[in-house]
Amino acid sequence: MSNSETGTHVSYLEHEGKYKGLLGWLLTTDHKKIGLLYLYCIIVFFFVAAILGILMRVELIAPGQTIMGAQTYNGMFTIHGIIMIFVIVIPALPAIFGNFFLPIMIGAKDVAFPKLNLFSFYLFLIGAIFGVLSQFIGGGAPDTGWTFYVPYSSQSSTNVIYALIAAFILGFSSILTGLNFIVTMHRMRAPGMGWFRMPLFPWSLYATAWIQVLATPIVGITLLMVIAERVLKIGFFDPALGGDPVLFQHLFWIYSHPAVYIMILPGMGIVTEIFPTFSQKPIFGYTAILFSSLAIAFVGYFVWGHHMYTAGISTGSRWFFSFLTFLVAVPSAIKVFNWVSTLYGGSIEMRPPLLYAISFIFLFMIGGFTGLTLGSVATDIQVHDTAFVVAHFHYIIFGGMGFAFFAGMHYWFPKIFGRMYNDKLAYIGWGFLFTGFNVLYFPQFIIGLQGMPRRYFDYLPQFQTGQVISTIGGFILFTGLIIMVGNLVYHAKRGAIAPANPWKGVTLEWQIPSPPSHENFDEIPEINHAPYFFGNTSENK
Amino acid sequence: MSTHSIHSEQIESETGKLGMWIFLLTELFLFGGLFLVYAVFRAQYSEAFHAGAEELNAFIGTLNTVFLLVSSMTVAMAITAIQKDKKNLAIFLILVTLILAGLFMMNKYFEWSHKFEFKLYPGSEVLKNLPRGELLFFGLYFMMTGLHAIHVLIGMTLLAINIFKIKNGEVSSKHYLHLENTGLYWHLVDLIWIFLFPLLYLIT
Repeated sequence: MSNSETGTHVSYLEHEGKYKGLLGWLLTTDHKKIGLLYLYCIIVFFFVAAILGILMRVELIAPGQTIMGAQTYNGMFTIHGIIMIFVIVIPALPAIFGNFFLPIMIGAKDVAFPKLNLFSFYLFLIGAIFGVLSQFIGGGAPDTGWTFYVPYSSQSSTNVIYALIAAFILGFSSILTGLNFIVTMHRMRAPGMGWFRMPLFPWSLYATAWIQVLATPIVGITLLMVIAERVLKIGFFDPALGGDPVLFQHLFWIYSHPAVYIMILPGMGIVTEIFPTFSQKPIFGYTAILFSSLAIAFVGYFVWGHHMYTAGISTGSRWFFSFLTFLVAVPSAIKVFNWVSTLYGGSIEMRPPLLYAISFIFLFMIGGFTGLTLGSVATDIQVHDTAFVVAHFHYIIFGGMGFAFFAGMHYWFPKIFGRMYNDKLAYIGWGFLFTGFNVLYFPQFIIGLQGMPRRYFDYLPQFQTGQVISTIGGFILFTGLIIMVGNLVYHAKRGAIAPANPWKGVTLEWQIPSPPSHENFDEIPEINHAPYFFGNTSENK
Repeated sequence: MSTHSIHSEQIESETGKLGMWIFLLTELFLFGGLFLVYAVFRAQYSEAFHAGAEELNAFIGTLNTVFLLVSSMTVAMAITAIQKDKKNLAIFLILVTLILAGLFMMNKYFEWSHKFEFKLYPGSEVLKNLPRGELLFFGLYFMMTGLHAIHVLIGMTLLAINIFKIKNGEVSSKHYLHLENTGLYWHLVDLIWIFLFPLLYLIT
């Protein structure tokens, strides 16, 4: 409240609270600074996991042992998965962009529980560190895969416990973030902002937050049971102790499938913000997009069995889960049609955020269609546990959520740092990323169909062509990552000063200075029209 | 911020309570996972679960249920007391709650050590030689009551903190959200026990 309307603008980056300097960052309860803390940590962990990924690609360039032994490889794909899933993909979008923009977009000064927000950041950090530590200390890196399937995970002599604890703590952090967002949206919307005047990124976070709150405790208790099984020898899942391993798979996927929607829904929310801005047109089908988010969140609870077609579940339940899986495709497709219709007839300006958003649609659709291949029982049994699955979920998670993350980064960068990045470098980075991504993962579909199993460090000579192309793609992709991150990091401090609204966006975050002030708004705004209102001229096409 | 109007005080407390309710929902789901496992195994090994339940002492279980139910009442009375600005009464009622919780834990301790005397603990030879269903029953018994006991301890800590907060004025007739949320948490601990007790001790 230090700056009045006429006073000089002090951005949140320069704002000094009770503590100064580094401590001012580490003990901040400002949602924007917490968002940035997440961003920096996630970039670091992302590079750790990406380097593990590229090392695996190098190992797979030729059959037999190339640069590492089988056990090291097992550890690498496990830690790569655990870090990527639990430390990056699940928390990234809600924790970074959600924290930063959710309060601003609904016209609030902060989230409902700022201290809890900081607490969940530290839980996240502790969990992430446990995850990385499990690779390096004691009995060797865990080798169960990120899915921790019992009985192997209750018997393996490696650091499985550290990884389980990491996932448990990260889950707790995710629950608290979700809880915070739900309460924020229920209680802190600006006057006049009814539920149906809320922009769609907050809506997607709302759907996500409910999944975080309702599904994560199930994986929490499941991981605790595996820990109890290992430490106290209490039998739940391990047949040697009387338990049932298929029950573990059920409980694990009851969370972990909805978790896929925790990953993708905020990504969909981000591109939903980008399309109207860059076509200068209201979003097509606001209500349809909103309800399809909720529908995905709801139906997503009941499809976990499609991970278990080959686990020995009954024909009836396989039929049931297959049907429901196909049902999820409907709301996803509704969104795609709406995005394309938003572009139709708009005055399109092809800037880097839109380029990433369009790539998102393209890659997400390849991932989605191959998801149908996996969702139908007959074809799934053919390609289960092959490289086809690897390609499919990388298209969804990296091509979908990852590209949406990049899109959001390029879209909100001027607002976050108050600077512009270099457009040309952004295009070059995108070119490398997009090409590298497809060269890396598309061959995996083909060799997967031909029978290349996933998680194998060795393979038959006939798969080598595909593997070599993939590895080349991996390096192109990595180059693209370095160009993109380099461009953003360099220009965060040195770029041209960004105006308050470089893209002519209409949601609330563009109506305040870049970077925003400590309290976001000098005066809480009054909302008197629907979101994505571009004025009468663009309404009448 | 003593200038806060009563109105914004109320908003803050409503927000805090909404957060607590959602948190309690996640706690229910946490135990829900265990209840699910219980349901699956009970359906598969209903006779063994019957035999397992016979081994448990329903008298101690009933006594513990009474302790928790009464403690839920006293904590609710403590909230009413603080609303009426009767600090000493509130502290007294919280102390009674703590004593009842302590009695519950003491009973639990005797119950568990009694099991241990008969070499009935996870990983023991005796347990391993029991039929598979009974093995699973006792596994669930220790896990469920153990996790519940951890929740009792957390609840006791929260209650103890409230005593200090009342003493130094942080919890008062105007600001009692902290005590109210602790009360909600305590009711949850109670509620989960209400489900655990019949499932483990009574249904035979």
